[in-house]
Amino acid sequence: MKSHVEPFWWSLFGAGGAISALFLPVLSIIIGLAIPFGWIDIPSYEHIYGIFEPLSVRLVLLAIISLSLFHWAHRFRFTLYEGLQLHRFKYIIAILCYGSAITIVAFASYSLWNY
Amino acid sequence: MADKITLEVFRYRPDDNSEPSFQKYMIPLQRDWVILDALNYIKDHIDGTLSYRWSCRMGICGSCGMMVNEKPVLTCAAFLENLIPGPVRIEPLENFPVVRDLVIDMRDFLEKLKRVKPWIIREQEDPAIEEYKQTPDQLADFKQYSMCINCMLCYSACPVYGLEPEFTGPAVIALAQRYNMDNRDHGNSARMDALSDESGMWQCTFIGDCSKVCPKKVDPAGAIQRYKVHGANTWWKNLLLPWAKDK
Repeated sequence: MKSHVEPFWWSLFGAGGAISALFLPVLSIIIGLAIPFGWIDIPSYEHIYGIFEPLSVRLVLLAIISLSLFHWAHRFRFTLYEGLQLHRFKYIIAILCYGSAITIVAFASYSLWNY
Repeated sequence: MADKITLEVFRYRPDDNSEPSFQKYMIPLQRDWVILDALNYIKDHIDGTLSYRWSCRMGICGSCGMMVNEKPVLTCAAFLENLIPGPVRIEPLENFPVVRDLVIDMRDFLEKLKRVKPWIIREQEDPAIEEYKQTPDQLADFKQYSMCINCMLCYSACPVYGLEPEFTGPAVIALAQRYNMDNRDHGNSARMDALSDESGMWQCTFIGDCSKVCPKKVDPAGAIQRYKVHGANTWWKNLLLPWAKDK
Protein backbone atom coordinates (compact mmCIF):
# COMPACT_ATOMS: atom_id res chain seq x y z
CA MET A 1 0.00 0.00 0.00
CA LYS A 2 1.27 3.46 -0.87
CA SER A 3 2.13 5.69 2.03
CA HIS A 4 -0.45 8.38 2.19
CA VAL A 5 -1.40 10.52 5.15
CA GLU A 6 -5.13 10.67 4.40
CA PRO A 7 -6.05 7.49 6.36
CA PHE A 8 -4.46 9.09 9.45
CA TRP A 9 -6.68 12.19 9.28
CA TRP A 10 -9.69 10.09 8.40
CA SER A 11 -9.12 7.84 11.46
CA LEU A 12 -9.08 10.91 13.71
CA PHE A 13 -12.15 12.25 11.90
CA GLY A 14 -14.02 8.96 12.35
CA ALA A 15 -13.02 8.62 16.00
CA GLY A 16 -13.97 12.25 16.60
CA GLY A 17 -17.37 11.75 15.00
CA ALA A 18 -18.10 8.75 17.18
CA ILE A 19 -16.86 10.32 20.41
CA SER A 20 -18.59 13.66 19.88
CA ALA A 21 -21.86 11.94 18.92
CA LEU A 22 -21.67 10.08 22.24
CA PHE A 23 -20.56 12.82 24.61
CA LEU A 24 -21.44 16.22 23.20
CA PRO A 25 -25.25 15.83 23.39
CA VAL A 26 -24.87 14.84 27.06
CA LEU A 27 -22.62 17.82 27.78
CA SER A 28 -24.91 20.18 25.84
CA ILE A 29 -27.96 19.03 27.77
CA ILE A 30 -26.26 19.31 31.15
CA ILE A 31 -24.50 22.63 30.54
CA GLY A 32 -26.90 24.20 28.05
CA LEU A 33 -30.31 23.13 29.40
CA ALA A 34 -30.34 21.28 32.71
CA ILE A 35 -28.29 23.81 34.68
CA PRO A 36 -29.75 27.05 33.18
CA PHE A 37 -33.33 25.78 33.56
CA GLY A 38 -32.68 24.64 37.11
CA TRP A 39 -33.51 20.95 36.46
CA ILE A 40 -30.44 20.11 38.48
CA ASP A 41 -28.72 22.15 41.18
CA ILE A 42 -25.86 24.32 40.05
CA PRO A 43 -22.72 22.42 40.99
CA SER A 44 -20.18 24.38 42.96
CA TYR A 45 -16.82 25.38 41.55
CA GLU A 46 -15.08 23.08 44.01
CA HIS A 47 -17.28 20.17 42.94
CA ILE A 48 -16.51 20.60 39.23
CA TYR A 49 -12.84 21.16 40.00
CA GLY A 50 -12.81 17.96 42.02
CA ILE A 51 -14.29 15.92 39.19
CA PHE A 52 -11.30 16.71 36.98
CA GLU A 53 -8.70 16.14 39.66
CA PRO A 54 -7.76 12.54 38.67
CA LEU A 55 -5.43 12.33 35.68
CA SER A 56 -7.60 9.63 34.06
CA VAL A 57 -10.61 11.99 33.90
CA ARG A 58 -8.45 14.71 32.40
CA LEU A 59 -7.18 12.27 29.78
CA VAL A 60 -10.76 11.36 28.84
CA LEU A 61 -11.60 15.06 28.56
CA LEU A 62 -8.53 15.63 26.39
CA ALA A 63 -9.59 12.74 24.13
CA ILE A 64 -13.08 14.23 23.71
CA ILE A 65 -11.70 17.71 23.03
CA SER A 66 -8.94 16.67 20.63
CA LEU A 67 -10.85 14.08 18.60
CA SER A 68 -13.85 16.41 18.24
CA LEU A 69 -11.49 19.11 16.99
CA PHE A 70 -9.93 16.79 14.43
CA HIS A 71 -13.42 15.79 13.34
CA TRP A 72 -14.21 19.46 12.80
CA ALA A 73 -10.90 20.14 11.01
CA HIS A 74 -11.40 17.34 8.50
CA ARG A 75 -15.03 18.22 7.78
CA PHE A 76 -14.28 21.94 7.54
CA ARG A 77 -11.37 21.30 5.18
CA PHE A 78 -13.67 19.51 2.71
CA THR A 79 -16.42 22.11 3.22
CA LEU A 80 -13.99 24.85 2.26
CA TYR A 81 -12.42 23.34 -0.77
CA GLU A 82 -15.42 21.61 -2.19
CA GLY A 83 -18.32 23.61 -0.79
CA LEU A 84 -16.67 26.96 -1.47
CA GLN A 85 -14.72 25.74 -4.51
CA LEU A 86 -11.35 26.73 -3.11
CA HIS A 87 -9.56 23.72 -4.50
CA ARG A 88 -6.49 25.64 -5.60
CA PHE A 89 -5.78 26.51 -1.95
CA LYS A 90 -6.09 22.92 -0.80
CA TYR A 91 -2.70 22.68 0.92
CA ILE A 92 -3.12 26.01 2.72
CA ILE A 93 -6.63 24.98 3.80
CA ALA A 94 -5.38 21.63 5.08
CA ILE A 95 -2.57 23.31 7.04
CA LEU A 96 -4.94 25.91 8.50
CA CYS A 97 -7.62 23.37 9.49
CA TYR A 98 -5.41 20.68 10.98
CA GLY A 99 -2.97 23.33 12.24
CA SER A 100 -5.66 25.09 14.28
CA ALA A 101 -6.89 21.76 15.65
CA ILE A 102 -3.32 20.83 16.65
CA THR A 103 -2.76 24.24 18.25
CA ILE A 104 -5.92 24.03 20.36
CA VAL A 105 -5.12 20.44 21.32
CA ALA A 106 -1.63 21.55 22.41
CA PHE A 107 -3.15 24.34 24.48
CA ALA A 108 -5.74 21.98 26.01
CA SER A 109 -3.03 19.43 26.84
CA TYR A 110 -0.93 22.11 28.50
CA SER A 111 -3.87 23.42 30.52
CA LEU A 112 -5.01 19.99 31.63
CA TRP A 113 -1.47 18.96 32.56
CA ASN A 114 -0.99 22.05 34.72
CA TYR A 115 -4.41 21.63 36.31
CA MET B 1 -56.03 12.21 -16.99
CA ALA B 2 -54.72 14.40 -19.78
CA ASP B 3 -54.16 12.59 -23.03
CA LYS B 4 -50.98 14.39 -24.03
CA ILE B 5 -47.76 15.40 -22.32
CA THR B 6 -44.82 17.55 -23.38
CA LEU B 7 -41.24 16.33 -23.25
CA GLU B 8 -38.38 18.84 -23.33
CA VAL B 9 -35.49 16.87 -24.69
CA PHE B 10 -31.87 17.97 -24.66
CA ARG B 11 -30.46 18.10 -28.19
CA TYR B 12 -26.81 18.40 -29.16
CA ARG B 13 -25.59 17.56 -32.62
CA PRO B 14 -21.88 18.48 -32.93
CA ASP B 15 -21.83 17.66 -36.65
CA ASP B 16 -24.30 20.52 -37.27
CA ASN B 17 -22.14 22.95 -35.31
CA SER B 18 -25.31 23.75 -33.41
CA GLU B 19 -25.41 24.87 -29.79
CA PRO B 20 -27.01 22.54 -27.25
CA SER B 21 -30.72 23.29 -26.90
CA PHE B 22 -34.02 21.84 -25.72
CA GLN B 23 -36.57 20.56 -28.19
CA LYS B 24 -40.22 20.16 -27.22
CA TYR B 25 -42.20 17.12 -28.29
CA MET B 26 -45.90 16.65 -27.58
CA ILE B 27 -46.65 12.96 -27.26
CA PRO B 28 -49.70 10.85 -26.36
CA LEU B 29 -49.81 10.00 -22.67
CA GLN B 30 -50.26 6.29 -22.07
CA ARG B 31 -50.78 5.01 -18.55
CA ASP B 32 -48.24 2.21 -18.83
CA TRP B 33 -45.49 4.16 -20.59
CA VAL B 34 -42.08 4.76 -19.11
CA ILE B 35 -39.84 7.62 -20.30
CA LEU B 36 -38.01 5.21 -22.59
CA ASP B 37 -41.31 4.32 -24.33
CA ALA B 38 -41.92 8.02 -24.87
CA LEU B 39 -38.43 8.47 -26.38
CA ASN B 40 -38.97 5.46 -28.63
CA TYR B 41 -42.30 6.98 -29.73
CA ILE B 42 -40.51 10.22 -30.64
CA LYS B 43 -37.79 8.34 -32.52
CA ASP B 44 -40.30 6.20 -34.44
CA HIS B 45 -43.05 8.72 -35.15
CA ILE B 46 -41.85 12.31 -34.74
CA ASP B 47 -38.10 12.78 -35.05
CA GLY B 48 -35.78 10.00 -36.19
CA THR B 49 -32.67 12.10 -35.52
CA LEU B 50 -32.92 11.80 -31.72
CA SER B 51 -30.03 9.75 -30.27
CA TYR B 52 -30.04 7.87 -26.96
CA ARG B 53 -28.82 4.56 -25.55
CA TRP B 54 -31.08 1.74 -24.50
CA SER B 55 -31.24 -2.00 -24.72
CA CYS B 56 -33.09 -4.31 -22.34
CA ARG B 57 -36.08 -2.17 -21.17
CA MET B 58 -36.09 -3.92 -17.80
CA GLY B 59 -33.40 -2.44 -15.56
CA ILE B 60 -30.72 -5.00 -16.29
CA CYS B 61 -28.44 -3.53 -18.94
CA GLY B 62 -27.90 -0.14 -17.32
CA SER B 63 -27.69 1.77 -20.59
CA CYS B 64 -30.75 4.06 -20.49
CA GLY B 65 -29.77 6.28 -17.55
CA MET B 66 -30.66 9.95 -18.09
CA MET B 67 -31.55 13.04 -16.10
CA VAL B 68 -35.34 13.28 -15.85
CA ASN B 69 -36.46 16.54 -14.27
CA GLU B 70 -32.89 16.93 -13.00
CA LYS B 71 -32.76 13.53 -11.28
CA PRO B 72 -30.65 10.64 -12.55
CA VAL B 73 -32.94 7.67 -13.31
CA LEU B 74 -33.15 4.62 -15.51
CA THR B 75 -35.65 5.78 -18.12
CA CYS B 76 -36.99 2.23 -18.46
CA ALA B 77 -38.11 2.38 -14.83
CA ALA B 78 -39.51 5.94 -14.62
CA PHE B 79 -43.23 6.10 -15.39
CA LEU B 80 -44.62 9.07 -17.30
CA GLU B 81 -47.77 8.88 -15.21
CA ASN B 82 -45.83 10.03 -12.15
CA LEU B 83 -44.67 13.16 -13.98
CA ILE B 84 -48.09 14.55 -14.94
CA PRO B 85 -48.80 17.30 -15.93
CA GLY B 86 -45.30 17.87 -17.31
CA PRO B 87 -43.45 19.22 -19.13
CA VAL B 88 -40.85 16.55 -18.49
CA ARG B 89 -37.27 17.62 -18.97
CA ILE B 90 -34.90 14.93 -20.27
CA GLU B 91 -31.15 15.47 -20.32
CA PRO B 92 -28.04 13.34 -20.65
CA LEU B 93 -26.49 12.06 -17.41
CA GLU B 94 -24.85 14.89 -15.52
CA ASN B 95 -21.08 15.06 -14.91
CA PHE B 96 -20.24 13.32 -18.21
CA PRO B 97 -19.24 14.80 -21.57
CA VAL B 98 -22.05 14.58 -24.13
CA VAL B 99 -21.36 12.80 -27.41
CA ARG B 100 -24.69 13.58 -29.02
CA ASP B 101 -28.20 14.36 -27.74
CA LEU B 102 -28.73 12.05 -24.74
CA VAL B 103 -25.63 9.92 -25.33
CA ILE B 104 -22.77 10.44 -22.89
CA ASP B 105 -19.10 9.55 -23.16
CA MET B 106 -18.44 6.82 -20.57
CA ARG B 107 -14.74 6.26 -21.24
CA ASP B 108 -13.71 7.87 -17.96
CA PHE B 109 -15.85 5.38 -16.02
CA LEU B 110 -14.55 2.39 -17.97
CA GLU B 111 -10.96 3.51 -17.51
CA LYS B 112 -11.46 3.80 -13.74
CA LEU B 113 -13.24 0.46 -13.58
CA LYS B 114 -10.27 -1.26 -15.20
CA ARG B 115 -7.91 0.30 -12.68
CA VAL B 116 -9.46 -1.56 -9.70
CA LYS B 117 -9.17 -4.96 -11.41
CA PRO B 118 -12.84 -5.97 -11.11
CA TRP B 119 -12.27 -9.68 -11.45
CA ILE B 120 -11.22 -12.50 -9.13
CA ILE B 121 -7.45 -12.49 -8.61
CA ARG B 122 -5.83 -15.69 -7.36
CA GLU B 123 -2.34 -15.96 -5.92
CA GLN B 124 -2.01 -19.47 -7.25
CA GLU B 125 -4.36 -21.99 -8.76
CA ASP B 126 -4.56 -25.61 -7.72
CA PRO B 127 -5.74 -27.50 -10.81
CA ALA B 128 -6.84 -30.39 -8.62
CA ILE B 129 -9.62 -28.26 -7.09
CA GLU B 130 -12.53 -28.22 -9.49
CA GLU B 131 -14.81 -25.85 -7.68
CA TYR B 132 -14.60 -23.36 -4.86
CA LYS B 133 -17.64 -23.65 -2.68
CA GLN B 134 -19.05 -20.73 -0.75
CA THR B 135 -21.39 -20.73 2.19
CA PRO B 136 -24.52 -18.53 2.01
CA ASP B 137 -22.84 -16.20 4.52
CA GLN B 138 -19.74 -15.83 2.36
CA LEU B 139 -21.96 -15.06 -0.62
CA ALA B 140 -23.99 -12.55 1.39
CA ASP B 141 -20.81 -10.58 2.14
CA PHE B 142 -20.46 -9.34 -1.43
CA LYS B 143 -23.73 -10.17 -3.19
CA GLN B 144 -25.23 -6.72 -2.74
CA TYR B 145 -22.24 -5.10 -4.49
CA SER B 146 -22.41 -7.57 -7.34
CA MET B 147 -25.85 -6.23 -8.28
CA CYS B 148 -24.30 -3.12 -9.87
CA ILE B 149 -25.27 -2.79 -13.54
CA ASN B 150 -22.77 0.00 -14.37
CA CYS B 151 -25.58 2.44 -15.17
CA MET B 152 -23.53 5.35 -13.79
CA LEU B 153 -26.49 7.07 -12.14
CA CYS B 154 -24.35 7.30 -9.00
CA TYR B 155 -21.70 9.26 -10.92
CA SER B 156 -24.36 11.74 -12.00
CA ALA B 157 -25.63 12.08 -8.46
CA CYS B 158 -22.18 12.41 -6.85
CA PRO B 159 -21.32 16.08 -6.15
CA VAL B 160 -17.68 15.15 -5.50
CA TYR B 161 -17.33 13.55 -8.94
CA GLY B 162 -18.93 16.67 -10.42
CA LEU B 163 -16.34 18.89 -8.76
CA GLU B 164 -13.34 16.61 -9.03
CA PRO B 165 -13.50 14.45 -12.12
CA GLU B 166 -10.41 12.50 -11.11
CA PHE B 167 -12.36 10.93 -8.19
CA THR B 168 -12.64 7.17 -8.75
CA GLY B 169 -16.34 7.38 -7.90
CA PRO B 170 -19.05 5.30 -6.23
CA ALA B 171 -19.76 2.34 -8.53
CA VAL B 172 -16.11 1.53 -9.16
CA ILE B 173 -15.31 1.47 -5.43
CA ALA B 174 -18.41 -0.65 -4.73
CA LEU B 175 -17.31 -3.07 -7.47
CA ALA B 176 -13.81 -3.21 -6.00
CA GLN B 177 -15.48 -4.15 -2.71
CA ARG B 178 -17.48 -6.83 -4.51
CA TYR B 179 -14.20 -8.63 -5.28
CA ASN B 180 -12.38 -7.71 -2.07
CA MET B 181 -15.11 -9.32 0.00
CA ASP B 182 -15.26 -12.45 -2.08
CA ASN B 183 -13.43 -15.17 -0.12
CA ARG B 184 -12.05 -16.66 -3.36
CA ASP B 185 -10.20 -13.45 -4.17
CA HIS B 186 -6.63 -12.47 -3.22
CA GLY B 187 -6.45 -9.09 -4.93
CA ASN B 188 -7.16 -6.85 -1.97
CA SER B 189 -3.77 -5.15 -1.75
CA ALA B 190 -3.55 -4.56 -5.52
CA ARG B 191 -6.92 -2.80 -5.39
CA MET B 192 -5.97 -0.90 -2.26
CA ASP B 193 -3.06 0.62 -4.18
CA ALA B 194 -5.44 1.90 -6.84
CA LEU B 195 -7.95 3.24 -4.34
CA SER B 196 -5.82 4.75 -1.60
CA ASP B 197 -4.24 7.52 -3.66
CA GLU B 198 -5.38 11.14 -4.04
CA SER B 199 -8.24 10.28 -6.38
CA GLY B 200 -9.44 7.24 -4.46
CA MET B 201 -11.86 6.60 -1.66
CA TRP B 202 -10.58 9.39 0.63
CA GLN B 203 -12.16 11.94 -1.69
CA CYS B 204 -15.62 10.70 -0.73
CA THR B 205 -17.29 12.92 1.88
CA PHE B 206 -20.21 10.55 2.49
CA ILE B 207 -22.95 12.71 1.02
CA GLY B 208 -24.80 9.51 0.17
CA ASP B 209 -26.63 10.62 -2.99
CA CYS B 210 -25.09 7.66 -4.86
CA SER B 211 -26.96 5.21 -2.66
CA LYS B 212 -30.20 7.19 -2.97
CA VAL B 213 -30.29 7.02 -6.77
CA CYS B 214 -28.99 3.47 -7.16
CA PRO B 215 -31.71 1.46 -8.96
CA LYS B 216 -30.25 -1.82 -7.68
CA LYS B 217 -29.87 -0.85 -3.99
CA VAL B 218 -26.13 -1.49 -4.14
CA ASP B 219 -25.38 1.20 -1.52
CA PRO B 220 -22.06 2.41 -2.91
CA ALA B 221 -21.80 4.99 -0.10
CA GLY B 222 -21.84 2.19 2.47
CA ALA B 223 -19.27 0.25 0.45
CA ILE B 224 -16.93 3.26 0.41
CA GLN B 225 -17.22 3.81 4.16
CA ARG B 226 -16.46 0.15 4.85
CA TYR B 227 -13.50 0.40 2.52
CA LYS B 228 -12.25 3.49 4.35
CA VAL B 229 -12.36 1.62 7.66
CA HIS B 230 -10.40 -1.19 6.05
CA GLY B 231 -7.96 1.29 4.48
CA ALA B 232 -7.43 3.08 7.80
CA ASN B 233 -6.84 -0.23 9.61
CA THR B 234 -4.31 -1.26 6.98
CA TRP B 235 -2.56 2.10 7.28
CA TRP B 236 -2.23 1.86 11.07
CA LYS B 237 -1.13 -1.76 10.81
CA ASN B 238 1.58 -0.85 8.30
CA LEU B 239 2.71 1.95 10.60
CA LEU B 240 2.74 -0.01 13.83
CA LEU B 241 3.64 -3.46 12.51
CA PRO B 242 5.69 -2.78 9.37
CA TRP B 243 7.03 -6.34 9.41
CA ALA B 244 3.53 -7.89 9.23
CA LYS B 245 2.38 -9.20 5.88
CA ASP B 246 0.20 -6.81 3.88
CA LYS B 247 -3.20 -8.39 3.61
